[in-house]
Amino acid sequence: MAEKSRVCSVWVGSETGILKGVSLAKKQAFNFCEMSHLSREQEVCVLCWGDVHETEVLLGCANGEVKTFSTEKGVFTETRLCGQIDEGKFTGLAVVDSALVTSVESGLVKVWKEGSTDTVEINAGKSVCRMRQNPAQRHRVGTGGKENGLKVWDLERPDTPVFTAKNVRNDWLDLRVPEWVRDLAFVPDSDKIVTCTGHHQVRVYDPATPQRRPVLETQFGEYPLTALSLPASPVSVVVGNTQGQMAVLDLRKGLVCGSLKGLAGGVRELQCHPSLPLVASCGLDRFLRVHSLEDRSVQHKVRLGTLAWLWTLLSLCFRSSLLQECPATHQGDEAVKEEEHGGEDEVWDAMETVTEKASQRRKATEGFRDGAEKMAIKKKKVKK
Amino acid sequence: MDDEFSAELQNKTKKLKKKAKKQKKESKIAVQNAEQDANEPESVDSASAPVFPPTFSVSEIKNKQRRHLMFMRLKQEKRREKLSLKKKRRKEREALGDEAPPKPVPKTIENQRVYDETTVDPEDEEVAFDEGTDEFSAYFNRLTNPKVLITTSDRPRGRTVRFCQQLATIIPDSHVYYRRGLALKRIIPQCIARGFTYLIVINEDRKVPNGLVLCHLPDGPTAHFKVSSVRLRKEMKRRGKDPTKHTPEVILNNFTTRLGHSIGRMFAALFPHDPEFVGRQVATFHNQRDFIFFRFHRYIFKNEKRVGIQELGPRFTLKLRSLQKGTFDSKFGEYEWVHKVSLPLSRVKQSLYCPHITTVLLGVLYCDCFFKR
Repeated sequence: MAEKSRVCSVWVGSETGILKGVSLAKKQAFNFCEMSHLSREQEVCVLCWGDVHETEVLLGCANGEVKTFSTEKGVFTETRLCGQIDEGKFTGLAVVDSALVTSVESGLVKVWKEGSTDTVEINAGKSVCRMRQNPAQRHRVGTGGKENGLKVWDLERPDTPVFTAKNVRNDWLDLRVPEWVRDLAFVPDSDKIVTCTGHHQVRVYDPATPQRRPVLETQFGEYPLTALSLPASPVSVVVGNTQGQMAVLDLRKGLVCGSLKGLAGGVRELQCHPSLPLVASCGLDRFLRVHSLEDRSVQHKVRLGTLAWLWTLLSLCFRSSLLQECPATHQGDEAVKEEEHGGEDEVWDAMETVTEKASQRRKATEGFRDGAEKMAIKKKKVKK
Repeated sequence: MDDEFSAELQNKTKKLKKKAKKQKKESKIAVQNAEQDANEPESVDSASAPVFPPTFSVSEIKNKQRRHLMFMRLKQEKRREKLSLKKKRRKEREALGDEAPPKPVPKTIENQRVYDETTVDPEDEEVAFDEGTDEFSAYFNRLTNPKVLITTSDRPRGRTVRFCQQLATIIPDSHVYYRRGLALKRIIPQCIARGFTYLIVINEDRKVPNGLVLCHLPDGPTAHFKVSSVRLRKEMKRRGKDPTKHTPEVILNNFTTRLGHSIGRMFAALFPHDPEFVGRQVATFHNQRDFIFFRFHRYIFKNEKRVGIQELGPRFTLKLRSLQKGTFDSKFGEYEWVHKVSLPLSRVKQSLYCPHITTVLLGVLYCDCFFKR
């Protein structure tokens, strides 16, 4: 188990409660759950990394349990009850300085400190679809849902939100535009927040400005957008919808940069690699696909379930040390690049310095003179 | 210098002219040869079979009667050659006896197919677990009995109405309702309240049924099919008497891949658990190259070896367009599989089907004994 779990670079959870680790190099998915104990109540709703070194995966199950899975040992180490079934499924999971932040569909965001039973509670409003943590300021989380606009909360001051988004202006018939935040992400190195909605809009909010309405709004496709992820280069965003259409959108003008093809069913979760231009997607067609953002081709395609009905993948964790595990593609490329670099250096080393070049030139000119003289002699011979 | 240059030019032009002349000569010779060749067969063909020069084609003959005659002769000649070659080969094979090399397997689309990696292995524990807990598990665990509501698009016309009525005679415990302009979103909760397990909606275009929505209740999934080549009972040749009310047996052929498996389960759950063998009626869903052919038969065992079948109708062909999770919601529903034109689906790789031809049978009847008994 431990050997298997160390090889895996992507972790996926399913609607049947199974956690699977995927090794991209071996093109295989390993199951880390015992099938006899499973039930549909243990559906994996959210996944997140338990620590910075990425040795622990936290699973938020539908029955209110948060399981800890050790990727070093390859076993489940801890189970903690963080809510009841009647509160709804988990919509977000985060870790702040050894405390656990959970959010459920009913809108209750709770902070579970280690060792103590009392919790900090935030009521984020009805039907929250997603809670996400700001990776730069880890005590800040954003929430959003159906008829529940984007709100940013500071966990240290749980009474009022730091930022509340305002709905866009009424449309040309003077009708209210419905709100439905399906996913959100914090743009690194700035205050901006990107959201995607069930009404196929992508919106950018900027809490740094006094404007509470989106600073940029764009649309993609005709079907609800379900997931979004920010690649390493922060000027674009990858979004996916329920029909399996995926595209890279530019955040400066809101235009489509390119679409990522090959999906047969709706997207459930997207995750970009923290440093490489790669994006992993999983959804209802039970395949894990890794696309390259540079040429938008499918790099890896791994089959996750043997069947079946509702082998749905709900969540995804991308290990940042992915590079080590797929030597066939990326490391290989880099090695080639290094070699090229080495070759160039050799060329430069082999070149002679400028002073010597002067002497070379002299030699060359001498050579040229010799040649000219010989030519002249030949001409004379011809004339004779 | 100028003189030299002009001289060179002249030389070059002379060479070119010579070359051209040579080519002309060659072509003339070729033409003569061809003429000679063309003249030859006329003298020969009066004696025996026509012998054509390699470049000559029958279509070049201007006279129609002559062209026809020549073509017939050419065809006969080809056939004779083919037969003689076949005879020769057979004789060789007979001469070699047991040592003869095995006959080459003909190339067909079926055996050229790429193996689909999503083929379902029924012994896998994940599959078993999944089958035990999915939306159809209630039916397959014999907890529910199917009850089907059949309706159409708004204001159905002749053929669609008759198609619905005939479909209702095939599926036991099915009820045909007039749509009354209701939205499917409002029909579905009412259906669930009244204990229906399936909702079938038949769409029509210009009085011809062209779409079928199959929605499993209470919580999905929903499949959308294209319907084509519908032949109603009245249009069938050599059809038997109208079907009886017995529960038919169901045969599902070639639903082997992951997607095919789920579609197959969906069709299976449409019919009650225990077929009534007294009725001797079979409904067949046969999947071939992603088209699902529906046939409805009555069979009879004439003696121990022979079986007679009689088609009762109607017959139609389905093609899967999309499979959606949950009940019908074309706007906000999540799709498990969508037919995309842009997907480079190779001709040999298909989504419902794979090269291992296995028959998934439901009911107690097995295909083998069906024909052997």
